[in-house]
Amino acid sequence: MAVTTTPPPRGAAPRPSSDAGDTAGAAARAASTGRLAGRVFGALSTGAGVLILVTLAAVAVFLVLRAWPALTASREELEAISWFNGGSVAEYVGPLIFGTLLASLLALLLAVPVSIGIALFISHYAPRRLAQGLGYLIDLLAAIPSVVYGLWGALWLIGRLDPVFAWLSSNLGFIPLFADYQAPAKNIMSASVVLAVMILPIITAVSREVFLQTPRLHEEASLALGATRWEMVRQAVLPFGRSGVISASMLGLGRALGETMAVLMVISPGFLFSFFLLKPGQQQTIAANIASKFPEASGLSVSALIATGLALFVITFVVNFAARWVIARRAEFSGAN
Amino acid sequence: MAADATTAPAGLLTDDAYRRLPSWSPWAFAAGALAAALLVLLALGAVSTAGVVVLGAVLFVLSSSITSRVVEGPRRAADRLATTLVTGAFLLALVPLVSLVLLVVTRGASSFGWAFLTTDMVGVFGEMTSGGIAHALVGTLLVTLAAALISVPVGLLTAIYLVEYGRGPLARGITLLVDVMTGIPSIVAGLFAFALFTLIMGPAYRAGIMGAVALALLMTPVVIRSVEEMLRLVPNELREASYALGVPKWLTIVKVVLRTSAAGIVTGVMLAVARVIGETAPLLLTVGLVTQTNTDLFDGRMATLPVFAYRQYEQGGTGIDRAWAAALTLILLVMLLNLVARLVSRWFAPKGAR
Amino acid sequence: MSNRIDVSDLDVYYGDFLAVQGVNMTIEARQATALIGPSGCGKSTFLRTLNRMHEVIPGARVQGKALMDGQDLYGADVDPVTVRRLVGMVFQRPNPFPTMSIADNVLAGVRLNNRRMSKGDQQDLVEQSLRGANLWNEVKDRLARPGSSLSGGQQQRLCIARAIAVKPQVLLMDEPCSALDPISTLAIEDLIAELKSQYTIVIVTHNMQQAARVSDRTGFFNIAGTGKPGRLIEMDDTSTMFSSPREQATEDYISGRFG
Repeated sequence: MAVTTTPPPRGAAPRPSSDAGDTAGAAARAASTGRLAGRVFGALSTGAGVLILVTLAAVAVFLVLRAWPALTASREELEAISWFNGGSVAEYVGPLIFGTLLASLLALLLAVPVSIGIALFISHYAPRRLAQGLGYLIDLLAAIPSVVYGLWGALWLIGRLDPVFAWLSSNLGFIPLFADYQAPAKNIMSASVVLAVMILPIITAVSREVFLQTPRLHEEASLALGATRWEMVRQAVLPFGRSGVISASMLGLGRALGETMAVLMVISPGFLFSFFLLKPGQQQTIAANIASKFPEASGLSVSALIATGLALFVITFVVNFAARWVIARRAEFSGAN
Repeated sequence: MAADATTAPAGLLTDDAYRRLPSWSPWAFAAGALAAALLVLLALGAVSTAGVVVLGAVLFVLSSSITSRVVEGPRRAADRLATTLVTGAFLLALVPLVSLVLLVVTRGASSFGWAFLTTDMVGVFGEMTSGGIAHALVGTLLVTLAAALISVPVGLLTAIYLVEYGRGPLARGITLLVDVMTGIPSIVAGLFAFALFTLIMGPAYRAGIMGAVALALLMTPVVIRSVEEMLRLVPNELREASYALGVPKWLTIVKVVLRTSAAGIVTGVMLAVARVIGETAPLLLTVGLVTQTNTDLFDGRMATLPVFAYRQYEQGGTGIDRAWAAALTLILLVMLLNLVARLVSRWFAPKGAR
Repeated sequence: MSNRIDVSDLDVYYGDFLAVQGVNMTIEARQATALIGPSGCGKSTFLRTLNRMHEVIPGARVQGKALMDGQDLYGADVDPVTVRRLVGMVFQRPNPFPTMSIADNVLAGVRLNNRRMSKGDQQDLVEQSLRGANLWNEVKDRLARPGSSLSGGQQQRLCIARAIAVKPQVLLMDEPCSALDPISTLAIEDLIAELKSQYTIVIVTHNMQQAARVSDRTGFFNIAGTGKPGRLIEMDDTSTMFSSPREQATEDYISGRFG
C-alpha cells in the first residue's frame, strides 16, 4: 500500500490519524476510536499552547485590575500611604525606574566585557579537552539561588569592596560618580557587582554558542594570512558573533532588571534621581522596593506596589522582545538558547 | 613595488624581526610578578592575598607586554595581552564562584546537621541557637512539587504542539510568547499570583498554591524550551517508520517520540525544578513565612527555604547562622537536582540524542 | 621571491591516528607542483603541514622535517604565524570575510602587519594584487561592495588576491577549483600559470587533467586501505608521471583504472 508509506509532512496534518486509519480499511472500528483519541490528543496539546497565550494575557490583565485603584486614586489618598513620595503613581515610580535602569546598566557594563572574555576563553583559548568542563563551571553560577547571592553580597562582598570604594572615593572623588563614599558599602555599585555576577552565566553561554559557530573557513582564511590568534578572533570571530553578543547582553539586561533579592539585601535604599554610585541611601529598584514593602502593605498601598510591578513588566517585556528580535534576524543563531 | 614594507625578509624564518619569547616565558613572568608584588607589599607592610594577586597581575601585564613588544613586536604583544585578558576574565569569574561556595560551606556547616533539618522554629526567639528548617523544607518541597505538577503537563503538551502540530501564526505567536515568558521577572510572577488569588478568594487569602502558581509561571517556559529541544532531536525517520506501519500520529508521538526523548525530558524538567526551587521574591509576596509545618497547600501561609533564609538574615544575630545553614541546604538541593539530571541524561540517553 | 621546500620522513598524526607516513619530497622554487591521489589519501593533510595549518585541528601533530631553504618550519623558535605569513594558502571553498568589502578583503592580511599604510599605498596594493589575480577589470568599479557579492569564481580569485597581497614566498592551493564552474576553473588555471613565475606553488587536485595542465612536477599519494596511512607513492616531472610512471599504482590511477 503505497499511500501508507508516505507519512504526512511534519506538522502538516491537524487530523493526523486519517491517512493511516482510512487506508487500513479493514479495521474501521479501530480507526474511528483511534481518530477520536487522536483528536483529543491534538486538541489537548493545542489547548496547552493556547493556555500559554491566555496566561500571558492574564498576567497583564490581573496586574492592571489590581493596580487600577492606585492608578486612579487622588493625590490625597496616595499621600495617606506612609511611604509614598509624590502625588501620583507615575511620580512615585520615576526614581524607581531610574534606579532599576542604573543598577542594571552598571551590571551590564561590568558583566559584558568579562563574559565576552570568558566565552572566548572557552571557545578559542582553553584546551579543547577542558573547554566543556570549564563551561559547566561557569554554568554553575546560574544554578545558585538569588537569596544565596544576596547573603554573599551583603555579608562577604561588601567588606571586600570597601577598600576599593574608599580608594576610589578619596582619589577620584572629584568625579561626582565616586564622591561621598560611606562604609559599609551598601550602595548601588555593590548591588550592581552582585547583579553582574548573576547575569554573567547567561551572557557567557549565549556568546560562547555564537563564537563556536564561527565558520571554520573564515578562521582558517585569517590564520592562513599569518594572523595571530587574537587577530583571527578580531577578523573572523567577533564580526561574526556581534549580533549574538548584543542579544545575549539584552537577555542579561532583562535578568538584571527583574532581579530582586540581591538588590534588596545589599542596597540601602533611597528615592532620588542620583548618580552618586558609592553613596548609600540614594537609589532603589522597582523589584527590591516591592519586596521590601509588600509584606506589610494593605489596601491601596498594595495597588500602588502592583502598579510599579506593572511598569517593571512592561520594561522587561520591551527589552526581552528587542533581544528576541535581534536573535530572530539571525536565522543561523535561532537555536542557541 | 608599492608595498615593499610588508615583504618578509626572504626565507628567514628566524630573522630578528620574527624573534619569539620561549614558550615558558608567561610562567616565568607570572612567578616574577607575584614575587615582586609580595616584596613590594612586604616593604610597605601591607601584605594580603588579594593585594599580592592584584598587584602581581598588574606587574605581569606590564612586564610581559613591554618585553614582548621589544622582543617580538607589537602584533605578538597584542596577542599575548589578549590571551592574558581572556584568561584573566575566566579566572575573575571563578572568584565569586569559589568564594561563594567556600563561604556557604564553612558558615553553613556550623548550624547544619540532623537536628537542623528535623526541627522547626516553634518557640525559638531571641538569641536562641536552636531551631531548624523542617517546616521550610516541607514547604519548599510541597510548593515546588505543586509548581511542577502544573507546569510539566502544560509545558509538555505545549512543546508537543509546537514540534508536532504547530504551524502558521498561532505556533509562531506561541513560540515568541514563550520566549517573552522566559523573561518575566520573578517578582512580577509573584504579583500575578497574588492579584489572581486575592481577586478571587478575597484580599486576605494566603496559601502555598499561590506560590506554586507563581513558580509554575516561571517554570513552564523553561520546560517548554527543553522539551521542544529534545523532541526536535528525535530523527524524522523514526516518525516515518511508525507512520509507515499504520500507527496514527498521536500514538506515534506517545509511543515513539516521547519514549525516545524520555531521558532528555526528565533531565530538562529536573533542571527547570532546580531553577525555581531557589526563587525567593514570589514566595515572599505570596506564601510568606510561619514557624511551624503547614502541609495544606490551599490554606494559610507556609514556610519555604529561600524566604526562611532571607528572614533569618534580616533578623540578624543567631539568625545569620541559620540563614547560612539554610543557604547550604538550598545549594545542596539544587546541586543534587543538577547531578541527578545529568546522570539521568547520561545513563538513559538514546544514541544520537546527546 | 620564492623558496624551495625539502620534506624528509614526514609523518602526520591526528591524535594517535597516523594519517600520512614517511613523505620525502622536494618542492622546487618557482614551479607549480601538483599533488594528486584518491580521496582520503592525505594529500590535503600533507599540504596543510607546509604552512602549519594542520595545527588548527586539535590533536594534529607532525614528526620529521620540513625545511624551507634549509630552515626548519618546525624549529623550536619558529612561530606558526611567521610560517603562514611566508606560505600563503587558498582553500577549497572560497572564503572571503563576509563583513568586509572587496578592497578590505585584499588588505586583510597586510593590515595585520602594517597598520599605518597610506591611502595611496593601499590603493596601489589592492590594484596590484587584484591584477595579479586577474580580477581587477571585473571589480575595479565596485571595490567597496562586500566580497560575498561576487560569483564563486570571482570570490576564489579574490582569495588568491588576498593571499598574494601579503607577498608570500610559497602559495598552497587546496583543490582551489573544486567548487567552481568550468569557466572559472579555466581562469584560475591561467592565473596559476602566471603566478608560478613569481611564487612557488603547490596545488592539491583530484582532477588529473588539471594537474597535467598547470604543474611542472606531480606527486601521487595513495593509501593501502581504510585506516592505513597515506603515502607519497611517486614524484616526478609531470610529463614523465603522465606518460611513463614507474609505479603500477600511479599508472592505474592516472589511466582511471582505480576505485
